Amino acid sequence: MNGKLKIVGLGFYFVLLLLPIYWMLNMSLRTNADILGTFRLYPTEITFGNYIKIFTDKAWYSGYLNSIIYVSINTLISLVTALPAAYAFSRYRFMGDKHLFFWLLTNRMAPAAVFLLPFFQLYSTFGLIDTHIAVALAHCLFNVPLAVWILEGFMSGIPREIDETAYLDGYSFSRFFITIFIPLIRAGVGVTAFFCFMFSWVELLFARTLTTTNAKPIAATMTRTVSATGLDWGLLAAAGILTIVPGALVIWFVRNHLAKGFALGRV
Amino acid sequence: MEKWEDNRAWFLVLPVFIIVAFSAIIPLMTVVNYSVQDIFGPGQRVFVGAEWFEDVLHDSRLRDALWRQFLFSGLVLLIEIPLGIIIALMMPKRGWGVSASLVTLALPLLIPWNVIGTIWIIFTRPDIGLLGATVNTLGLAFDHTARPLDAWITLMFMEVWHWTPLVALLAYAGLRAIPEAYYQAARIDGASAWATFRYIQLPKMRGVLTIALLLRFMDSFLIYAEPFVLTGGGPGNSTTFLSIYLVKIAVGQFDLGPAAAFSLVYFLIILLFSWLFYQVLQNVGKGEQG
Repeated sequence: MNGKLKIVGLGFYFVLLLLPIYWMLNMSLRTNADILGTFRLYPTEITFGNYIKIFTDKAWYSGYLNSIIYVSINTLISLVTALPAAYAFSRYRFMGDKHLFFWLLTNRMAPAAVFLLPFFQLYSTFGLIDTHIAVALAHCLFNVPLAVWILEGFMSGIPREIDETAYLDGYSFSRFFITIFIPLIRAGVGVTAFFCFMFSWVELLFARTLTTTNAKPIAATMTRTVSATGLDWGLLAAAGILTIVPGALVIWFVRNHLAKGFALGRV
Repeated sequence: MEKWEDNRAWFLVLPVFIIVAFSAIIPLMTVVNYSVQDIFGPGQRVFVGAEWFEDVLHDSRLRDALWRQFLFSGLVLLIEIPLGIIIALMMPKRGWGVSASLVTLALPLLIPWNVIGTIWIIFTRPDIGLLGATVNTLGLAFDHTARPLDAWITLMFMEVWHWTPLVALLAYAGLRAIPEAYYQAARIDGASAWATFRYIQLPKMRGVLTIALLLRFMDSFLIYAEPFVLTGGGPGNSTTFLSIYLVKIAVGQFDLGPAAAFSLVYFLIILLFSWLFYQVLQNVGKGEQG
């Protein structure tokens, strides 16, 4: 493909991609009556009322805080446990390695609906209901396997001579792993962090089942904009715009790793 | 190069195993338990053996939902994987455009799934939604609440809009990992753009594309929130996918036994196809690389 065609094609795609998000932004700056009353390509009387309500109403902003807390815990647990495991899968042959590797991924394959009840019972038994850690742990079910799979790919791209040389130089495993190996695959760590953050952030079923008030996620709060008078579209749109912000910040921080550091990725 | 053989590697895997098994094994066993019992209430249950599984396998509405699901996931993969690769090929390799493209791509992925459906409801409304109004102005008779084909087209647009960025992000990552030397060699040989793609870029992207394809297959096969919010499974049953039908049985009729049997069959279908995809992708092109 030549340069001009690429830019035009990509620009066209990005315009299409941004249209629904623009529409959400457009709605978030208007009152509900205005949204339902007239078709407007852009808001004529801009109001920040929807955003102000979210930032001042505890039921709303605590939803964001709860989500950010459990998503951060989940991302941290996923990375810390997946890093050594991915190293084991990429470097060693051991009993049941191939089966275990695929078994991990099978945990993303179960339809959630019927599993919610036993999940609730299990977490009740441990007294974890309505805590951030419960949601963070539950989300490990699908994020830890993904983290292992992605990280294993990156690690397999690193030649094993590096490990051998370090061990010959007298490095202990933990010192080698933390000071030499992890910096080498920091691209993979950044990418994995983004994917874990993203999948935990948008998950609703587990998060809603395991929480009532204290750890209620923002996605569940957003279903409450339905009231006797119908859906408050303006408020929902403003909340939707705000749900994009934290993840966009995460990808902003890992963008350079994505662009450059992938040089060592799985190929 | 051979991997080192050492069973002590299990110690490195143990934390992952424990943390995943904690949430995985007991709920799965409980669901298996439900699937062979008739549950009337707390403490009142009768062992029924494979009866629910026989019911599930003979349920014609379930079979319809299954074909719909295969069609949906098939279309998703056929559209999103090539489109994601094309987008990744068009993305800039350096400069500010990289950051801008990456952040833009991530935006649809970060919206909670139930909100995606809600936003598309209003986006496609002919009176106050941008897409709906545009289609209306063009004079097309389009109504996703009344005509099955229109509902499918709307769902596919939403799905492609939502998830193609995931494929593009992974494919872009794979492309950036190809050393410049490969391209130089291709230029010296006078390879065409197609040949460069076919014999250098595509094989080198196999790893990331495997992950992308498995993720897209699993998640599209399990899709629930977006179509449930946008179409509610209708019009009629035309967009009642497996998950929507499952929830109808599990919650609507509160029939845990058959719903559990259904879940297990559902799970095994995804397992089987994911494994097949994985095996095929592991082996395809191995000869070329050697």
